[in-house]
Amino acid sequence: MDTPAATAPLLQLENVQMHFPVREGLFLRSQRSCRAVDGVSLQLRAGETLGLVGESGCGKSTLGKCIVRLHQPTAGRILFEGTDLAALGQAALKPWRRHLQMVFQDPVESLNARHTVGEIVGEPFVIHGEGDARERRERVLGLLDKVGLPAAAADRYPFEFSGGQRQRIGIARALALRPRLLVCDEPVSALDVSIQSQVLNLLLDLQRELGLSYLFIAHNLAVVKHVSDRIAIMYLGRIVELAPADELYASPRHPYTRALLSAIPRPDPRGTRERIVLQGDVPSPINPPAGCPFHPRCPHATDRCRVEAPALRPAPGHADHTVSCHLDL
Amino acid sequence: MEAPAANDVILSVRDLVTTFDTDAGRLTAVDGVSFDVRRGRTLGIVGESGCGKSVTALSIMRLLPQPMGQIRGGRILFEGRDLATVPPAELHRIRGGRIGMIFQEPMTALNPVQPIGRQLSEVFLLHRTKDAADAWRRGTEMLRKVGIPAPEIRMHEYPHQLSGGMRQRVVIAMALACEPAVVIADEPTTALDVTIQAQILELMQALQRDLGLAVVLITHDLGVIAETCDDVIVMYAGRVAESGPVEAIFDRPAHPYTRGLLDSIPRLEGTRKARLRVIEGMVPSLRDLPAGCRFQNRCPHRIDRCATAPALEAIGPDHAAACHRWRELPPR
Repeated sequence: MDTPAATAPLLQLENVQMHFPVREGLFLRSQRSCRAVDGVSLQLRAGETLGLVGESGCGKSTLGKCIVRLHQPTAGRILFEGTDLAALGQAALKPWRRHLQMVFQDPVESLNARHTVGEIVGEPFVIHGEGDARERRERVLGLLDKVGLPAAAADRYPFEFSGGQRQRIGIARALALRPRLLVCDEPVSALDVSIQSQVLNLLLDLQRELGLSYLFIAHNLAVVKHVSDRIAIMYLGRIVELAPADELYASPRHPYTRALLSAIPRPDPRGTRERIVLQGDVPSPINPPAGCPFHPRCPHATDRCRVEAPALRPAPGHADHTVSCHLDL
Repeated sequence: MEAPAANDVILSVRDLVTTFDTDAGRLTAVDGVSFDVRRGRTLGIVGESGCGKSVTALSIMRLLPQPMGQIRGGRILFEGRDLATVPPAELHRIRGGRIGMIFQEPMTALNPVQPIGRQLSEVFLLHRTKDAADAWRRGTEMLRKVGIPAPEIRMHEYPHQLSGGMRQRVVIAMALACEPAVVIADEPTTALDVTIQAQILELMQALQRDLGLAVVLITHDLGVIAETCDDVIVMYAGRVAESGPVEAIFDRPAHPYTRGLLDSIPRLEGTRKARLRVIEGMVPSLRDLPAGCRFQNRCPHRIDRCATAPALEAIGPDHAAACHRWRELPPR
């Protein structure tokens, strides 16, 4: 495919787990855990966009936060250019943080309302002690220009901007320290349709210009497919399928991926495709089902699926397409 | 409109004008909107935030925030009455009885401190029966109809004990409880995951078929519109930009805004990483609407004439657009 050459991955996750303790019962003593991320391994290559798709509660945002180390994962390794970020303490992490930045879904909540846009976008320079005041100001203006905002925006406050413009501010801030990897968590979900395409174009332009890598987290498969080179489908804390974007769309192999693709309403009133309507809801990650996490909703589940969790393995004849399903659909 | 369908029209909105009084003065959120809702059909109202689609729904149901929101003009004709002016007592009988409502966020539509069963029975007690046991029985039956397993048990549970999809089923059950003639659904699946959205849309379509309902579906999602609606209204900045049968809107969109919307959404079958077509700029603020066509500052086809407001003009069977230049625009 057209993904960059098979060099060493920029980011490699090995069996990453993020379990949150759930305290309940008398005096909150009974302790169970919520397995938000339950053993994720994947690679992200330099310059590529890896899409991460799943429904609410599947752990996709938690995984994103583990990667930028807003969470300390419970187990597993997060290798960024060979260094395990999961093993580093806060002080040792600081020089690495500039390489991994995050763009959040809600451009209202993720920007400090009491700071000017200039202060928000320039704060990374202050934290990392870069440049003097004049230099910082110049770089802020350069960043605003890069994301399509006027220089005058620097002296205004976030509330003066629309949702799409605020998302541009969030992107400018994320770009300040020239990161290698941007984790974009639902960056366009809160935006109107006509504004979504503006922000998606901006992300694509920036990637081409700066050679950025993206982990693009979203629930909208059409949006993810548009921007991604490869796509990982997540369900109940695990990756169930990972493949090049076109391949995943053309020949999905996991029953969940198939249901997800068929459930997307298409903007075509003559569509006559068969929709696979899954029964039931996503189970709780606090008490996940035994065996394959998808088996309670899977139309093809067998006895084996109910007891034995399938491993992620290459689909026959497709080294680049991995799927975790006992059945060869 | 055309004669044969006329008796099918059960809800007719004519020149609706709704305003909000704010610190910044009086803002006109809906400015002269007209449409007909027909028996057994689904009318979709699509548009972006602030286009007035939800305010239109709230106006029909007379649920505008008080005292700021007021209907200033137009008529809302339903079963021989004008909902814009009927007295509150009659309105209470119609609302929930003849017109059902489904909102976006089922958690806020339901009372968190009352069991599901009590809220569902209340609908029957208000509109259908005086007997509490009978209301409870009917409520249980309604839950079964919307596909909730073990409804006898669920009736005793509280909203927080249900998943988002189940809660929305409860809200649908309440909306349909009294077999209304019209259901108004404002973004009914927006808060739900896509596999749950598929369940709910399927359920709504099945219930509509069984009950012969008319549905007004308000959404920003063109995919949902394409898959569930018969007729579509595209709203922009408080006015109707284009209206017509769903095939006409998607196959032969005439208004530059409709075209822009359809062009700007990423499609599964599209070319990856290609630049998307965009609608430049953003929706004008209601405080600062341009005179004339409200889309003019974003429109690639703008001419001087656009400084005067275009009327909604018939351009095909049941198909209308508010654009001076619809005839001259290049085919898509």
